[in-house]
Amino acid sequence: MTEYALILLSTILVNNFVLVKFLGLCPFMGVSRKLETAMGMALATTFVLTLSSVLSYLVNHYILAPLEIEYMRTIMFILVIAVVVQFTEMVVHKTSPLLYNVLGIFLPLITTNCAVLGVALLNVQVQNNFIQSLFYGFGAAVGFSLVLILFSAMRERIAAADVPEIFQGTSIALITAGIMSLAFMGFAGLIKV
Amino acid sequence: MWVVVITLAIISAAFGLLLGYSAIRFKVEGDPVVDQIDALLPQTQCGQCTYAGCRPYAEAIAKGEADINQCPPGGEAVIIALADLLDMEVKPLSAEHGVEKETATVVYIDEQTCIGCTLCIQACPVDAILGAAKQMHTVIESECTGCNLCIPPCPVDCIYVKPVEPTLQTWIWEQPIGGFAAPKAT
Repeated sequence: MTEYALILLSTILVNNFVLVKFLGLCPFMGVSRKLETAMGMALATTFVLTLSSVLSYLVNHYILAPLEIEYMRTIMFILVIAVVVQFTEMVVHKTSPLLYNVLGIFLPLITTNCAVLGVALLNVQVQNNFIQSLFYGFGAAVGFSLVLILFSAMRERIAAADVPEIFQGTSIALITAGIMSLAFMGFAGLIKV
Repeated sequence: MWVVVITLAIISAAFGLLLGYSAIRFKVEGDPVVDQIDALLPQTQCGQCTYAGCRPYAEAIAKGEADINQCPPGGEAVIIALADLLDMEVKPLSAEHGVEKETATVVYIDEQTCIGCTLCIQACPVDAILGAAKQMHTVIESECTGCNLCIPPCPVDCIYVKPVEPTLQTWIWEQPIGGFAAPKAT
């Protein structure tokens, strides 16, 4: 049980995919302008990331490994991710049209979120088993959601703040992200996974 | 190599089937929010909201591009209904889009003056004006929504606004004024 708790702690805080590994930066900057969109995006990405992490493990372990065609891993993982994203898009469109409109183009763009492919490939690299893959994907998603929501809350306040003219807009957002990243680097050495 | 090709083909086909099934299973019939907004709008197609008609305005509201207080024909009742549907604040009618009319009006064409230019026919969003080139035009009163869009194009200013007269079919008793107050002595 401690093993899984450590995986979660590691992926959420210590090796946060956005702020420490620098994966998935485009949705991090793209949808963080409003807290509501950020929450919607966080939910959709959590769903996709967890599901694709598990599915890509299954595909790798039960299809690619026995046939000895592991070199096709990247293409297969992209295929799996694309299918999961399409499926999520259909479900969101059906269940919550408002969220579908709010997320707009960013929903299909989860396919190109490098954190999703990154998790799938890192699962293979660190040789996670099924349950570990599940926790690894979920932890990465929670970490992504955490920083996305924190960052968008901060950006909402920055929008109302008195920012020097040359820093206004994207530059202050990038500086904020950099400082957040520095803060998250402070977790390094907390645990070793 | 064939192993790879066949495996990829089989997996892709399986995923394709899965997506095809879920496309049927999770089919969305249009955008329900747009339909609900469109149902609340008065369907005068007058364009006073700056959109081409009620449906485009409904789509703009659903996308968040337009405000809910741009519909003068609907007036306060529509704004309240829209605010209720979309869970937004009720706000007064936007002045730049027009004012709410006290009573329903229609237009009529002074047939002596009409030169048969068809400009008002082209302007009418609901096809309520009947006529042809160099022929006298007339307004089909039951179709007219009172949007007054035909008045600006008229070169001879022969179109006038008049309130809708109650007919034997549409006349109703007036609402009692002042609740249960005693009738005034005459």
